[in-house]
Amino acid sequence: MADFWQQVVAGLASGSIYASLALALVLIHRATGVINFAQGEMATFSTYIAWTLTTNHGWSYWPAFAVTLLASFAGGVAIHQGIIRPNDKGSLLRVVIVTIGLLLALNGLVTWIWSGEVRAMQSPFPTRTIDIAGVAISIQDIGTIGVVLATVAVLWALFQYTKIGLAMRAAAVNPAEARLVGVRVTWMLSLGWGLAAVLGAISGMLAAPSLFLDPNLMAALLIYAFAAAVLGGIDSPIGAVVGGLTLGVGLNLIGAYVDFVGADLRLPAALAVILVVLLVKPSGIFGKSEVRRV
Amino acid sequence: MSALLTLEGVEARYGPVQALRGISLEVPEGAVVAVLGANGAGKTTTLRAVSGTVRRTGRIEFGGKPLRGGPEAVARAGVVHVPEGRGTFTELTVTENLKLGAYTRRERSLRADIDRVSQWFPWLPDRANQPAGTLSGGEQQMLAVARALMARPRLLMLDEPSLGLAPMIVREIFRIVRELNEKEGLTVLVVEQDARIALQSASSAYVLEVGKVAVAGSSDELRENESVRRSYLGY
Repeated sequence: MADFWQQVVAGLASGSIYASLALALVLIHRATGVINFAQGEMATFSTYIAWTLTTNHGWSYWPAFAVTLLASFAGGVAIHQGIIRPNDKGSLLRVVIVTIGLLLALNGLVTWIWSGEVRAMQSPFPTRTIDIAGVAISIQDIGTIGVVLATVAVLWALFQYTKIGLAMRAAAVNPAEARLVGVRVTWMLSLGWGLAAVLGAISGMLAAPSLFLDPNLMAALLIYAFAAAVLGGIDSPIGAVVGGLTLGVGLNLIGAYVDFVGADLRLPAALAVILVVLLVKPSGIFGKSEVRRV
Repeated sequence: MSALLTLEGVEARYGPVQALRGISLEVPEGAVVAVLGANGAGKTTTLRAVSGTVRRTGRIEFGGKPLRGGPEAVARAGVVHVPEGRGTFTELTVTENLKLGAYTRRERSLRADIDRVSQWFPWLPDRANQPAGTLSGGEQQMLAVARALMARPRLLMLDEPSLGLAPMIVREIFRIVRELNEKEGLTVLVVEQDARIALQSASSAYVLEVGKVAVAGSSDELRENESVRRSYLGY
């Protein structure tokens, strides 16, 4: 039983990393109506910034973490203003293709700047375990879960209680109407991209210590994040979080207890989740099924 | 009375379709002015031209200054446009809709403003936390007006407030608009298909036909002019 709970906590830890990236996808999908395929590579880029600050410049983890978040936010805003917005007119497919181009460009840029070598990233949390009711739980797992949950709480408060958060929601659900009440919609969408970049950076920085850092760090994570977002409902922020945690725990338990799956079939299992959800309940757990474009 | 809003030779098009072919009109400060006409005459486009939702050419002046830019800028200038088909954020709550109405204002008097607006629509506080989409059509139209009032507009533009609503509710909405005008001095430009009810509230009106002003005059003149009534007002 202790082993089971250990697997659950470890699953919640990886699940919260999926959740944070999934939330980034959902934010952008709500605001721009597209899946940002470059979300993972944006996160990788951010993580390399943190790695450079800690390894080459001797910063400790948390200051590097904070500066990376600021840089990522600025980067997200800049990408929206400079690359997405000019292509925003017309078909959504155009934006999707731009994000795929961005994926390739960022991946190449990361390899060019930092080389493809695998790097070790320092962890902010000790690797020790602590004993809770007979279950040995790694502090790193608890820390990871804590950071993501705190981020989600801050974001939720931002959207729920601040004027700018309300304006961002209005811009996402009904841009034409938002303009009429004086909301500068394009800037709200840019802020959304900035926040999404921050969420991605958090997932990258939390994932890198255990997965090691290389230019393709986020490639697999992006698939898990897709699965999490689809599971929860691609338009539902809560869904992304619940979907991420559920997926993390589920995959971990399947990997541990279903012999033939093991570690190798984790990714196909995530794809199976996407497929099944899209077939059975395309709107996901929390998504609204109505499709409306007014 | 000086003109709060002046349009002169305003044109607008949707792709190849020219919707406005040189509209000129005036909205005096403190008046209720109606824009009437058949479907496709350019009524809605006239409001959209003012709010900057469509590209337009010609002169538009508001409070003696040229009114330029997109809807965000026009809203900041004090012109609030309540579009056709309710125009609420259906997924957001009633309170959130009202807060967004005051978005362009800096002062932090939201509570007081919501109370002020609720005097006109006493049912609002009871529905505060309900998503706007769950309100009835009439309530959504009233919420849209309430949200517009939150901005303390200098000019309120209403597009077809009667659309799809029961006659009793339409009368109620126009009664509130008239009272807002009489008691708070609110200037209103209203686009309406239902000429009869619009002329009851408006002091003057413009009748549009294929993107041009066909007839203009005071409400009384228009009502008494037999041929205008037949050919343009349809009763």
